[in-house]
Amino acid sequence: MATALEKTTTTDGAAVSPASEEQLCLRDLNAWYGESHVLHGVNMTVRRGELVTLLGRNGAGRSSTLRAIMNMVGRRSGEILIKGQDSMGLAPHRIAHLGVGFCPEERGIFSSLTVEENLLLPPMVKGKGRQKEDGARSGDETCGMSLDEIYALFPNLHERRNSQGTRLSGGEQQMLALARILRTGADLLLLDEITEGLAPVINQKLGEVLMMLKARGMTIVLVEQNFRFAAPLADRHYLMEHGSIQEEITAAELPARHAYLHRVLGV
Amino acid sequence: MTMIFGIPLMVLFGQLMLGLINGAFYALLSLGLAVIFGLLRIINFAHGAQYMLGAFAALLGAQYLGLNYWAALILVPLVVGALGIVVERLLLRRIQHLDHLYGLLLTFGLALIFEGTLVNLFGVSGSSYPIPEALSGGFKLGFMFLPTYRAWVLVAALVVCFAVWFLIERTRLGAYLRAGTENPELVQAFGINVPLMVSLTYGLGVALAAFAGVLAAPLYPVSPTMGSNLLIVVFAVVVIGGMGSILGAILTGLAMGVIEGLTKVFYPEAANTVIFVVMVMVLMLRPAGLFGKEA
Ligand SMILES: Nc1ncnc2c1ncn2[C@@H]1O[C@H](COP(=O)(O)OP(=O)(O)OP(=O)(O)O)[C@@H](O)[C@H]1O
Ligand SMILES: [Mg+2]
Repeated sequence: MATALEKTTTTDGAAVSPASEEQLCLRDLNAWYGESHVLHGVNMTVRRGELVTLLGRNGAGRSSTLRAIMNMVGRRSGEILIKGQDSMGLAPHRIAHLGVGFCPEERGIFSSLTVEENLLLPPMVKGKGRQKEDGARSGDETCGMSLDEIYALFPNLHERRNSQGTRLSGGEQQMLALARILRTGADLLLLDEITEGLAPVINQKLGEVLMMLKARGMTIVLVEQNFRFAAPLADRHYLMEHGSIQEEITAAELPARHAYLHRVLGV
Repeated sequence: MTMIFGIPLMVLFGQLMLGLINGAFYALLSLGLAVIFGLLRIINFAHGAQYMLGAFAALLGAQYLGLNYWAALILVPLVVGALGIVVERLLLRRIQHLDHLYGLLLTFGLALIFEGTLVNLFGVSGSSYPIPEALSGGFKLGFMFLPTYRAWVLVAALVVCFAVWFLIERTRLGAYLRAGTENPELVQAFGINVPLMVSLTYGLGVALAAFAGVLAAPLYPVSPTMGSNLLIVVFAVVVIGGMGSILGAILTGLAMGVIEGLTKVFYPEAANTVIFVVMVMVLMLRPAGLFGKEA
């Protein structure tokens, strides 16, 4: 069944969305860092091939939502289903192997590794059609990119493939952080502010990359401040405030809500 | 007879050789400490005891199981390393979220338990372990006599040190380890079983100590306290080299052995303290250690 769906989604993207198939479902998700209660009952659903954004002011809980999905916060309650599977009891590495790729807000480029070592670090995660460890190619069943494809997309990284991770510029580090999870075969991507501080040309490039990933059938949750970047890409937007979802806005409703969003987001 | 600075050449080379051998042990042990500290952030105070366990396991294996030297060299590190993994799983893991001081205290306690148990069973006097047949004798080099076993220890230690360096700095597994040293949480979020990696890393560090112990058995009296004496010096070596650098641990270990050996020739009174003097100087001039990253 999954293969059939993949075939339809890879050709015409999410527009068809045969996928009432839920890739990610959060129900009444609560999360704590030590004593501080940061998520207060988050509910959201992302279907296969969708690109959904989490919008909100600083401190609204968007990064915490992604971290909670990865089981990287102190304590959680509620329900998380990843591709229909309950992931509440799973350690982070098991969650990754459900086909989840996480690009953290702080990038997390490893300074003792070269650019290429950074790229090759995350193991292949897609359960089905998993390729050999080095994953030098993308097979039929995984949507992972090959190293060559990634270097073609980000020539800067190719040029600097043998430098240490921290010798990269901020922008290059950000490209690397995104590129790193593209070859793993993960098809549910959690991306935290990937455009922060990047030049417009690079943002445009990232936008194209995201469109391409969507076309390949990937499901993307995008935490984004840059509204102009996110608006043309997203199918739906979730507005977060004080650790819960305030509102869901579809792409079609967006133009009418522009002024409102500008006001509540303070952008 | 040829003399250098009024010292017979033979004496000089003899001490240099002894220094290199000691240095090889310092290198192996500080390497294990560095590997463990890198990922677990624990200063493994049980390291000397685990080295001693290696030597004892070789001795007891020979006495009771007829285990020969070569088999011991392979099996003992595996067995003692496995014991290390059990310690990590049952004890260290439970306190990993606490301040690292607790890990230091726990491993210190373990060292006392291992040592005390063996003192109780076998007493403090050392036993000797025979040099294996194939490595007895030596080479006359003209300027000095080189016992085969000492040459072997040097070669074996250097090969193992290089292999570990290669594993960590040049392989994919090593990349996981280096990345885990920086940000274990993120490495796990990428799908790598970090808790397993932590266990194996501790096992590797302990196995290195046990390997050094087997190498040492034919050279030094095998006694329950052989590790604690050595460990103090090894900690000084680690401080000099800087915690956490693999190459730094190896090079500093060898260099300190040589410096110690040369001091024995030129100013024997200071031979036992010279490493600590160097440590004090390094701490004053470069507190992070020669190879350590400045905080
Ligand atoms: N490690 C932490 N320990 C304690 N509290 C935290 C931690 N990380 C985040 N918080 C708190 O959780 C709340 C949500 O933070 P989060 O990082 O999820 O916000 P965000 O929506 O991603 O905002 P930003 O735009 O600043 O990234 C904030 O009030 C923050 O202070
Ligand atoms: Mg954030």
